[in-house]
Amino acid sequence: MEIGAPPAPGKLEDLKRRFFATPLQALMSLISLAIMAFIAWKLLNWAVLSAVFTTSGGPEACQAAAGACWSVIAARWRIILFGLYPFEEQWRSALACVAVVVMTVLSCIPPFWTGRRIALVWGVGTTVFYVLMKGGVLGLPFVGEEAWGGLALTLFIFVTTCLIGFPLAICLALLRRSELPWISRTTGLIIDGVRSLPLISILFTFAIVLPFALPQWLQGDKLYRVILGSALFFSAYQAEIVRGGMQGVAKGQEEAAMALGMRYWQRIGRILLPQAMRNALPATINQFVISFKETSLVVIVGFFEILASGNAAYGTGEWRFAYVEVYTFIAFIYFVFVFSLSRYGAFLERRMSVSER
Amino acid sequence: MSSLLRNQKVRNALLQVLYVGSIGALVLTGVVIARRNLAEQGITSGFDFLFKSTGWDVNFTLLPATANDPYWWFFLIGITNTLFLGTVGLILATIVGTIVGLARTSTNELAQLLGRTYVDIFRNIPLILQVFFWYALITHLPPPRAAHEAWGFLLTSRGLYVPFPNVGSVAMAMALLALVAAIALPLWLGSTSRLSQAIGQRRGIQFATAAAALACAAVILAIGRLPHAPFIDFPALQGLNLRGGLRIPPEFSALAIGIAIYGGSYIAEIVRGGFKSVGKGQMEAALSLGLSPWRVFTLVRLPLALRAMLPILANQYVWLMKATTMGIAVGFTDFFMIVALTINHSGQTLEVIGILMAGFLAINLSLAALFNRLNKAIALKGNQLRG
Repeated sequence: MEIGAPPAPGKLEDLKRRFFATPLQALMSLISLAIMAFIAWKLLNWAVLSAVFTTSGGPEACQAAAGACWSVIAARWRIILFGLYPFEEQWRSALACVAVVVMTVLSCIPPFWTGRRIALVWGVGTTVFYVLMKGGVLGLPFVGEEAWGGLALTLFIFVTTCLIGFPLAICLALLRRSELPWISRTTGLIIDGVRSLPLISILFTFAIVLPFALPQWLQGDKLYRVILGSALFFSAYQAEIVRGGMQGVAKGQEEAAMALGMRYWQRIGRILLPQAMRNALPATINQFVISFKETSLVVIVGFFEILASGNAAYGTGEWRFAYVEVYTFIAFIYFVFVFSLSRYGAFLERRMSVSER
Repeated sequence: MSSLLRNQKVRNALLQVLYVGSIGALVLTGVVIARRNLAEQGITSGFDFLFKSTGWDVNFTLLPATANDPYWWFFLIGITNTLFLGTVGLILATIVGTIVGLARTSTNELAQLLGRTYVDIFRNIPLILQVFFWYALITHLPPPRAAHEAWGFLLTSRGLYVPFPNVGSVAMAMALLALVAAIALPLWLGSTSRLSQAIGQRRGIQFATAAAALACAAVILAIGRLPHAPFIDFPALQGLNLRGGLRIPPEFSALAIGIAIYGGSYIAEIVRGGFKSVGKGQMEAALSLGLSPWRVFTLVRLPLALRAMLPILANQYVWLMKATTMGIAVGFTDFFMIVALTINHSGQTLEVIGILMAGFLAINLSLAALFNRLNKAIALKGNQLRG
């Protein structure tokens, strides 16, 4: 006799099974539903239904309305995104941001994951960004770093931090794994010392204190000192991630390479590092996500990045009341960048765990 | 000479000397240049400045402070402020994280969705932005005369005013200590191996110690209360200002809320990971032994999850403790802000940076030591992986 499959449960039955199986489940479902409905309604009402979208009424129209005042964004988005960058040149700042985004997207695609290609992508991307922002060549008027601001400055600090920090991290990891005890111990001391300090204190030291300890000709611009500090911090954390990845590579791999007669740099570059980076990929992306969020801290040592320009956008005069909208806008920009990066990291992790099975 | 260089041992020794030497030289040169530059500005190096009075004030302190107090006292104030904010923030973040993490591991799909939305939103927005937001929100509250009032709490742009017992500060501290003992002692008694009773049969002792400690706290409060004043002091409007109660300044609440919400989203993920790592078989075994669902949770699921969580949690706590340095963004006088102010006012750059490093090293190491001890105490003993 053939036993047919049980009839597919109806919509209602399915709903009952999933959310109202027991009294406790039902209670939890109802509470969650109530919370969600409450927040969704409040949010919808604030952000859309009672909100003011046009600038025509000016700040006065906003203050009368009960909901969000998106007109502050319409009026001030240029300050928030571009900071003090000269008004007519702001298209360059926007284009530079696009270059960074393209570069990031390209480096997320597996065919680009060889040392040379990734270096090429980042080299070209950063050069395009720098030339666009600074100008002075190709008929673009010169704009000094002190006028950079907003999203472009945030992205610049992030990109250069990674660009300097990543090779430095690999060097530190290799030095810490060195068989010579004093080299590995000294490097370990540096890494652990940096890791035990808060990032703000390092940024502060590099921005304010370091000029005392450097001869005049070495001081350079404050922006680049801060980037160096943040790169050092990034590399101390990333070095431990790379080292963890190296520990995951089987000892036999290196021994086999040695038996083949490969030299140190060949062994590192062709055998050890590629496998180590593969092991360390999820944690590396996580570290990128964290350091993107942490670029926001440079506001403390006086840079006009997106958070500071946001503060300026609502802080002066007529828009004083509209801080929630401005912060929501900035939070949304951060969210888009950080969320997509971290989703990509989660996707990679899943993909890798599948391919390893 | 060249034959010497070809010797592996000599080469290794030379390499090490070169590496360590060049780093040492770099640091030393920096220090020498810095001292010369500072001396040119008429700043003498050394730690004598620690005993001079500062001449400026701090806006939040647990210890008594005036502008005449010496620098070392201000550093102490900074460290206590950092630890206090850290502790409050960590406790709040743990509560938030546990609730959200449990929602994410529950069998209810709606609760899961709610938890995931929370984590996704608050994890992906920088902490300093959240702190700025809460600070702006609090300082835009109505002024004291039009304060929001609820259950004796007053919400104003000058801070949050809460009812507070009229008790001397020494008695208050002792009562707090007794309260901590009331929570910690029963927990310790419930797990220590130094008592002869079986672990499940210590209810009586646990209740007795908790009650004794609570009674102690009550007696201390009763003795320490200030005379001629009501026992609990409610904040109220008097003239143009608020009098009475305890004022929590906006800087402190902004940071505490920010750390609680942002840290909570990370702790929620740690909690979820911890619970996910507990094998289903363990819980099924416990259920089949006839334990009630609540006992399965407290005796099997929670302890096992806690063991998996603790090392990662310790890392997160150290990170959150360091995150208190964001106080400088809104003007909370934590340790780092005192350091920055001292550098501005005294010019003793190198010494103060040294103090900064030593301070954070001490905080990190003691937190790590505490968690190592805790971890050792609750780690599984012996080999549980019998076939």
